[in-house]
Parts: sequence; structure tokens; C-alpha cells
Amino acid sequence: MSEINTFEAAQSGRPTGPLVRGYEVIIGFETHAQLSTVSKIFSRASTAFGAEPNTQACAVDLALPGTLPVMNKGAVERAIRLGLALGSTIAPRSVFARKNYFYPDLPKGYQISQFEIPVVQGGSVSFFVGDEPKTVRLVRAHLEEDAGKSLHEDFVGQSGIDLNRAGTPLLEIVTEPDMRSTAEAVAYARELHKIVTWIGICDGNMQEGSFRCDANVSVRRPGDKLGTRREIKNLNSFKFMQQAIDYEIRWQIEEIEDGRAIQQATVLFDPDSGETRAMRTKEDAADYRYFPDPDLPPLAIAAEWIERVRAEMPELPRAMAERYVREHGLSDYDAAQLTQSPALAAYFQGAVAAGANAKLASNWITGEIARRLNQQDLAITEAPVTASQLARLVARIGDGTISNNAARQVFDALWTGEGQDVDAVIEAKGLKQMSDSGALEKIVDGVLATNQRNIDEYRAGKEKAFNALVGQVMKASQGKANPAQVNALLKAKLG
Amino acid sequence: MGVAGLAAALRERKISAVEAAAHHLARIRSHQALGAFVALDDELTLAQARAADARIAAGSAAPLEGVPIAHKDIFVTADLPTTAGSRILAGYRSPFDATVVRKLAEAGAVTLGKLSCDEFAMGSANENVAVPALGFDHPVPVRNPWDSERIPGGSSGGSAVAVAAGLAPGATGTDTGGSIRQPASFCGVTGIKPTYGRASRYGMVAFASSLDQAGPMARSAEDCALLLSAMCGPDPERDSTSLARPAEDFSRQLAGSLDGLRIGVPKEFFGAGVAPGVRAAVEGALAEYEKLGARRVEITLPRTELSIPVYYIIAAAEASSNLSRFDGVKFGHRAKHYRDLADMYAQTREEGFGDEVKRRIMIGTYVLSHGYYDAYYLQAQKVRRMIADDFQQAFAQCDLIAGPAAPSVAWKLGEHGGDPVADYLADIFTLPASLAGLPGMSVPAGFDAGLPVGLQLIGNYFAEAKLLNAAHAFQQATDWHRRWPAGF
Repeated sequence: MSEINTFEAAQSGRPTGPLVRGYEVIIGFETHAQLSTVSKIFSRASTAFGAEPNTQACAVDLALPGTLPVMNKGAVERAIRLGLALGSTIAPRSVFARKNYFYPDLPKGYQISQFEIPVVQGGSVSFFVGDEPKTVRLVRAHLEEDAGKSLHEDFVGQSGIDLNRAGTPLLEIVTEPDMRSTAEAVAYARELHKIVTWIGICDGNMQEGSFRCDANVSVRRPGDKLGTRREIKNLNSFKFMQQAIDYEIRWQIEEIEDGRAIQQATVLFDPDSGETRAMRTKEDAADYRYFPDPDLPPLAIAAEWIERVRAEMPELPRAMAERYVREHGLSDYDAAQLTQSPALAAYFQGAVAAGANAKLASNWITGEIARRLNQQDLAITEAPVTASQLARLVARIGDGTISNNAARQVFDALWTGEGQDVDAVIEAKGLKQMSDSGALEKIVDGVLATNQRNIDEYRAGKEKAFNALVGQVMKASQGKANPAQVNALLKAKLG
Repeated sequence: MGVAGLAAALRERKISAVEAAAHHLARIRSHQALGAFVALDDELTLAQARAADARIAAGSAAPLEGVPIAHKDIFVTADLPTTAGSRILAGYRSPFDATVVRKLAEAGAVTLGKLSCDEFAMGSANENVAVPALGFDHPVPVRNPWDSERIPGGSSGGSAVAVAAGLAPGATGTDTGGSIRQPASFCGVTGIKPTYGRASRYGMVAFASSLDQAGPMARSAEDCALLLSAMCGPDPERDSTSLARPAEDFSRQLAGSLDGLRIGVPKEFFGAGVAPGVRAAVEGALAEYEKLGARRVEITLPRTELSIPVYYIIAAAEASSNLSRFDGVKFGHRAKHYRDLADMYAQTREEGFGDEVKRRIMIGTYVLSHGYYDAYYLQAQKVRRMIADDFQQAFAQCDLIAGPAAPSVAWKLGEHGGDPVADYLADIFTLPASLAGLPGMSVPAGFDAGLPVGLQLIGNYFAEAKLLNAAHAFQQATDWHRRWPAGF
């Protein structure tokens, strides 16, 4: 949708982002989210990925003479869901248009898309970059069909055409040029990815092309008018997105510094070289001769339909995160971490429902569990430690049965499958904290008797010396002492 | 024998479907010089006829059981090739039948071959044909049976000629800007274009999507009623522009009285451009209607002349896009020699399309281009809306509108000498109803120097029954529709 020039929109009032070599970076996104319908947007052929070429293309997809498009309601409903999730206006009447151009994998010689009146208008995506809240405004999201694929590698001197993908429903989500850094751009893409998968309109599989981003990037000196943008096409991983935008920013700044003007262009990122390369420049820009598709009446969406969809919407991640902050006293950051996916949130809620202290559960999930999942490339649904096991573990920390250190050992046993029951593991490993204060007091007295230097230093005002004493006691108790109890005892004895 | 008469005779077993099929197959062969047919498969037709006979014998005859019907070659058919009159579809075989073809088959009709038409239905004379007719090894224009040196009208010229010459009791046609009504007028047959959206467009090779409509051509309004009843009906899973209006049995609604019927006569349809003989025939028909109890009301359709530029912008714009799929990649003709992809497209389309098609693709591409869209396409859509509004104002004063279907009778082959504008101007009276999406028909109403003149009747949306009723009443009182061209 590069022909709608949102990039030139006035940017007054937007804060300047971090400068790169004295330049301000301006980024806007166009994302193609493939909608998770069973059949195509205008035909009844299957959308399943990975079939033999041209086995999932029916007469309509092949554009055989006499065929006509018929709208898939499921695709419209998914557009409504996105609009509701992002606070957009759902157009009561939107119009399908033909984008005319010749290409072998475009069977009709035109793509059915929406041009002047898209189905989703406005709205925004809010997220954090670090602790800093950001909001990116949307221009629009419109329904359109995907093209097929040209296969150039397998045929000597010829190209193959696979039309399985032709007619797959897409929602193209277009932002204002609101992003001011690579980090912000990637965070936006991650948030949008989270939302479309969360509300179940897109499987989010970036490798299979279900979520493809185009980044419009330009740079300028603060206060100057907008620079000329280049559009990086088809970014299909967050890692490449980061590399591509970083490279593009550097490249543009160097061009300008070397006295060369940026030419508007469409570029591709090559992950092997780590560079972006121009595919076509503005001079090659086609005249797509958009006009309303006479085969499709305007798409009418009644208010009742929107309400029906609204009633079926899940709680959105932001609302859920805000609720966690409100109900469980979590930090904004932790709440955002826990609401990365419905499965992760369900895991957290499962632990809380099983009686876990929410804050402790949150710490474990965003800390140890996240680390291990990441390390082993597992999904939360594949975690060897269940939510109820975590709840039990957290409960044993909370009631003072085990220390944090001991808890780590228990957790490891659960994770590796060495044990199943938290209490049994604690028992087997002898990790119970010393609850007998008489025994602990003896140890404390022993430590104080042999560490006069630390006592003196502590009394002289060195906090570190106190910690050393605590460490000595913990060591002497073989880690079974309750640190809080140790603290209290030492403080009492040292007066 | 017409459709209704033949259907009755078949049901009463006075004639068998095989006999009816064989009779028409023989007539087609003996009159192939007319150039009306482009595809015929005797075995297919006879096999369908035998199956129809079996159903008649079993007492399970459908309304059109055993009646042979020929299809304009713009409808795709699984059993016969489909060319749309174009080289670019040479050798094309559709894997499915058009909805209209399927519905007629379900109503018992036997498929009697495919009929010549202007390439992609673009033409008013059936001279823009690029595929060989039956019995020829080269493309030929279709000839009018009333005078074989004259054109039959277009683009459903083959359909009109097949009916006029008795090669088929009935035929399907399509009407984008008059392609049923004008050839019906020129060949002295009855044809009706229903309200846009009543007949499914699925399986019609698209010319101009917002205008294309299928309809029947036959020997009488009674025959058309029978065929149209079978052709119409919603097709929501195949055609989004098909209307949720249930099918009707138009045959049951033919007996109404015309007493008090208000017939609107637009003054713009009787201007200086109308041939005197045509005017006289139409006036005669209007007088006949008054005798039948109808009342004549003078009305105005002030934007009649504007319908020509509006139509040739909108139809060309849609066609330029609809015809993009003929690119040599997936089906149909592909150039043998080309340098690269762009050259393959260019050569394929250069070789595959005829001049008129190329002309309209170029006009359509131009009017949709950046910088011209507002001035042409958008402006044309606005005027189109006004034309539709003009009709609604007129229908506040009248029940039906009547006038000539065309300003003249059939002209001579080659008379327009390749001047496309002369052809375009001849569509002036059929274009307004097309642009408004209204139903219209042409009814034989007399002759001008031995050539048929058609009376055009235009109804409001969904007024097909009213139109057919009015036409039927006229045909009960006149015999213009029973005249046969000499030698047939």
C-alpha cells in the first residue's frame, strides 16, 4: 500500500527519539497478517500450508473464465476482531478494489484489495520499550488476497507457478510513521504479533509467511522535514527486522553524509550479507489503476455483527496485564511479561488458582522458567513443571519450609523429572529449613564467637560485614536456615 | 415450433426429444452458411435427448424436458469448447458449466451447440468474430436470415440468427449494452434481459461485470417466459452480485389484462436519428397497445445521449481489467516466440485479441489511469447514477417504457467500414436500461423495407413478469413474431 503516502503526514507533537549520529529515525510499518481461515478469501479452496503445488487452487483461484469472487465471512470477522482489539473504527461499509498489474503468479491480472475505504480505520498499538510506554497509531487495516508464488530455482530456463497461496486472506495493517528507533519498531512488531495471535486471527508463523512486515525507514536532522523513505520488504523474523532496520539507518545516514540524496525505493534485506538492496525505485512505480471491484458489492458490516464479535472477544493482553497489576500488585513490566501469550497467562493464572502467591509465581515464571524455556526452545505448554507444581513450590517458600536456594534445587528436580511431588523432593533432599530456633541460635552464637572482626566492622558501620555473618550462619546450617530468621537473630544479638 | 409448443409436444409424446434434436441438428448443418454456430457435437446432443426421452417416458419430465437450446459461446460449458469468439481462448475447455447452462440442463433442456458472438461480446454487428464458424476454416461474420448481406446485430448475433432461422427453438444470449435486445430487433425474434443480478453471471466470460446479464432469445414472449424462469434465481455461493430474489414462474403470469397499463414513451427515443420506417413500426405498436387498453404517457429520459460515453467508459474500464487474465500463463493462447516475460504478455495479447477488444482495453486502461480516473471513470459513474434516477422519476408516471430497440434496422455487412463509433451510436436506446440495471426486452413490431423492427419495452427492477405479460398480450394481437424469413 505504498501508494498511500502516510509517510508525509505531519508529525508535529511527536517526541523526538534517540538520535543516531545526530539524525532522527522515522519508521512506519505495513504488516501482512495471514488470516487463519480454513478456506480462501474469495473461494472455497483450502488455505493449509505446505501442500503439493497447485493442489489447493480451485477454478476461482486459477481465474478461469467465468469465475467470480465470493467473500469469506470468516475473513471479515477476523478483521472485525482486530479492529476491536486495537480500538479502531470498523467501517459499516467498505469497498473492495482491483489493483491491476501483470505478474505470472497473479492469476486474474489484478489483486482484490481495499483502497479508498478499508474495513478497519484508525486505532493504535501500545507497548513498552524497556519500561517506557509507547503508542503507535494505525492508519488502517484492509482485507486483500495474497498472490501465488513464482518458483525460479527448480526449473532450468523456466519458472514454475504455484497458486496454492493465491487467494489466501490477508489483513494489511498500516501504521503512521510513529516509530523513532529500531527497538521501538521491533517492539511494535512483537506487540502486533502478540495481539493477532492472541485474538486468534493469525497463526503468527513468520517462517511460513503468516506475518510479514514491511518497514518504511527514513532519517532526518531534528526539525527538518521528513526525509525520503525506503521500504524494506518482507521482514519475516524479528532478528532480521532488527538487523535490516539498523543497517538501513546506517546506510541512509552514510549516504547523506557523503552528500548523496536518498532515492525512494523498495529494498530487500539479505540475511547472508546483512545488507539491504534496492529492488525497484520510484521511477518503476506502476500505475495500478485501482477501481471498485464490480464483482463484489460493498462490504456491509451491521452493528449487531460487531457486537456479536465483541461478545466473543477474549480479554486482551493489555487489559489482562492491567488487571494483574491491580489484583496482584505486580509491576507493569512483569504483568506485560506474563501476558506475552494466552498460554503463558494461563500458566500464571493456573499457579495463582492453585494457591500460589502471585508475586512469587510471577518471579519464577518470568525468571527461572522463562530462562529454561528459552534455553531449551520450549513453549510454556511444554514446560516440565506444571502450574500446580509451581504453586506448591512457591507455597513452601512462602511458609518458610524451604529457602530460595533450596527451592532452586527442588525446581531443578521437578524440571528434570527427578521428582514429581514438591514435598517428597524436599524430604528426600533434606532441604527443609531449620525451624527450631534453639538450634539456629546455637549456630549463630558459634559464628559470632569466631568472627569478632566482622562484628567490629559491622559496629563500625560496614553493612557488608553483616552480610558476611549471615553467610557464615547459612553455611554452618548447610543452607537450611531461614535467612529472615538469621537476620533477625543476628540483629537482636548485635543490638 | 417454439419452446413452449415443443415442450408441450414432447410431454404429450407427439414428438421425441431425439427427433427434435435430430431435426435441429440437420437444420443447423443445412444452414451453416449463416455462420451462427461455432461448436456442435451431434453425439452429445443426441445422448442428452435420449436421456430426456427416458425421463419423459418415466413421467419425470422437467418443464423444458427435451427442448434443444443453443448457448451463446460466452457461457462456459464442460462438454463443448468455449472461445468467447476470441483466438485467445482457442482450444479452451472449461472444467465446469455456467450456472445458466446448468440450470437450463436441470430444467430438461438439451444442449444444441455453441453460438457465434462478437469477441468477448464486444460489438453490435457480430462482425468482430475471430474464431471459425461451423463448416468454415476461418472466422466469418454472422449473416442475417432476412437478408444475408446484412448483419444480424450483436453481440448475441448467433443466438438471434439461430432462432430467426429456426435452427434452434431458443437460445441463450447475454446483454451488456443491448446485446440481446438489438440483435433480437434486427432478426425479428423476442429477447429479454432481466434485472441485473437475477441471472447468475457465474460461467459467463466477463466483459463488463456491472452490466453483463444473461437472458433468453426465442420466438415469443411465452417462450422467453419459460426459458427465463429456468435461467433466473439466486446463486449466492458463486456470484456475489446475484440477487436474493427467488426464482419465479413467469409463464404463469402471462394472462394479465393491459387495461390501464401506463406505457411511458420517452421523447428522446424518437429524435431525428431514428429511421422513419422504424418510427412508423414503433408508433404502430404503441397504437396496438392503446387498443389493448394501455394508456400512452409522454415521459422524458433527458440523459439518453450521455449513456453512450458513460457506457463506453465504464464497460471499457471493467473490460480492461477483466481481460487481464488472458495473459498466456495459465490457459488459452500463448505466443510461440518472445524474448522475455513482458514480451510474452505483449505478443500473446497482440496475437490473441482482435482490434475491437484491443481498442476497448486501451480505452479502459486510459480512463482508469492515474490523473484521468476522476475525469472519466468517476464522472461516468456519477452520470450513470443520474441515468438510473431519471428512470425512477419516469416510473413514477408509468408502468413500462416503450420505444425502438435501435434507431435503424440491420445494416449491411461492412457498412460501418470498421468505424467503431458508428457501431457505438447504434446502441443508444439499449444502453440506458443497461446502465440502470433495468430489465428490457425487444419484441417484433413490424418491418422497414422487409427488415424486422423491434419494439423495446423497459420495466422497473424485477418487472420481468410485467414485461413478458405486456409482450405476450401484444403477440396475441399481432403476428409479427410469427413471420419467417424467406427460404427458412
